[in-house]
Amino acid sequence: MAEEQKKVPTRPMPKLTELDTADFWHATKNKEFKYQQCANCQTIVWHPRAHCTGCVDGDLQWKTSKGQGTIYSFSVVRLSYHPFFRSKVPYAVAYVDLDEGPRFLTNVTGVEDPLTDVHIGQRVTLDWEEYEELSIPLVKPV
Amino acid sequence: MATQSRDAAIVGVYEYPSRDVEGKVNPLQIKAASAAKALADAGLTWSDVDAIYDASEGAPMSGLMISEYFGIKPSVIDTTGVGGSSYEFHAAHALRAIRDGKAKVALLTYGSTAHSSAMAIGAGGRGGGVAPGDNMESFAGQTLIANYAMVARRHMHDYGTTSEQLAEISTATRYHAMRNPQAVQAMNDLEFLNIRETTIEDVVGSRMIADPLHLLECCMVSDGGGAVVIASADVAKNCAKTPVWILGTGEATKYPQNGADLTSSAGVESAPVAFGEAGVTPAEIDIAMIYDSFSITVLTLLEDLGFCAKGEGGAWVEGGRLRFDQSGGPALNTDGGGLSSNHPGMRGIFLLIEAVRQLRGESSSQVNDAKLAVAHGNGGMLGGRHSAGTVILGRD
Repeated sequence: MAEEQKKVPTRPMPKLTELDTADFWHATKNKEFKYQQCANCQTIVWHPRAHCTGCVDGDLQWKTSKGQGTIYSFSVVRLSYHPFFRSKVPYAVAYVDLDEGPRFLTNVTGVEDPLTDVHIGQRVTLDWEEYEELSIPLVKPV
Repeated sequence: MATQSRDAAIVGVYEYPSRDVEGKVNPLQIKAASAAKALADAGLTWSDVDAIYDASEGAPMSGLMISEYFGIKPSVIDTTGVGGSSYEFHAAHALRAIRDGKAKVALLTYGSTAHSSAMAIGAGGRGGGVAPGDNMESFAGQTLIANYAMVARRHMHDYGTTSEQLAEISTATRYHAMRNPQAVQAMNDLEFLNIRETTIEDVVGSRMIADPLHLLECCMVSDGGGAVVIASADVAKNCAKTPVWILGTGEATKYPQNGADLTSSAGVESAPVAFGEAGVTPAEIDIAMIYDSFSITVLTLLEDLGFCAKGEGGAWVEGGRLRFDQSGGPALNTDGGGLSSNHPGMRGIFLLIEAVRQLRGESSSQVNDAKLAVAHGNGGMLGGRHSAGTVILGRD
């Protein structure tokens, strides 16, 4: 059975060893979408990293998003050569603006037909795809 | 205008003719063969070169490796690698090195076997990546084409741009490609279907790759390469061909930021600097060599370069004004562009090469009395991390 499962192509998974983004991914195990804000200059830093991009004496604090956002733009992929995604076409990739500020790249789930059911300006909420060590923050329409 | 400088000129160019080398030559050999031909075009030789430019796509320490391979001893070494626009950056840096008296003859080369190595550039999975930010994005399966498609989708949303308008870019470049024997050969070698002038209906009727971009809005993936030789005014005077002066340059970067406008590129910042230095306006430009990775790239960059206002690109390109034999706008990508002639992954060097051919009167879609050209490269991804290099070129 384990052998069989290995043959199924999987989504490209984030590396938990990447030092700037490891804290973010560890928090996703508990379905928490963390982002950073500088207590000194208030800049919201996205993607996560060790330094503030707004000032040179930054004091980055982790915050947790409420998980609500708006689709800024999207595309429905019809052609992919990736072993996992080629079986998923057509699927929607989208930039989502979380209400707290971070704009992140994700997939839109929970729609019957991505060709007709995904729109710019659409309100979405986080829809976690769970794995053993972390969860992937997808979104679905509210 | 009075202060327009003529400190450095492009004096030699060469575009490697084959787009499918069938594994018989490697990228370094393409670079060397192109360099020798471009130097010969200028009436110069290897030992004249004192500045080397390389986009470092081949190997770490490429500035050393390429110098040894060519057998040259440069005193200026520049390995700026910012994607497909690297060559516009190199031209800018060469102008400065020459203006500063640090160099007299600069050599830029490019070689790639993206096609015969079967690199999955456009629709690959986009897993991996080297930047920390990539670890946040690779799970989503955004193909490179989808990245550009997201710019197109937002442009349509904000400004009412249509697929038919975007298709004007594809039909204009194919119109030019059909007049360029090398482009026709390229399309044959890469097994294009229906190699002929295209209509708007052909483009919007072609297969959707990543909404809203259709197949005929996407560039080819070819083999190829080329070389450009840039020389000081003193050297240029004695070269074989008419010098094509570098009149102005601009460089900029952009990357994903919270709340940023996806419909504008870093070209918004590089273009005014280049036009300002050259002392010319977009309305004066005869030839627009604009990086056509996709239709939306050109539409966005036409706006960012100032040919029309942001959001008006769709209406502006209607009616074929970008064709070499029509008035009302610059001639776009008269070699056939990345869409229909040559795109081995980093097209920026060909923008300079065809601009030079036009200003020398050597193009297969020659614009009568062409005097001014802009070459604008976009490197990286339009809807993500990218670089913009603008170069204004002119002849006496």
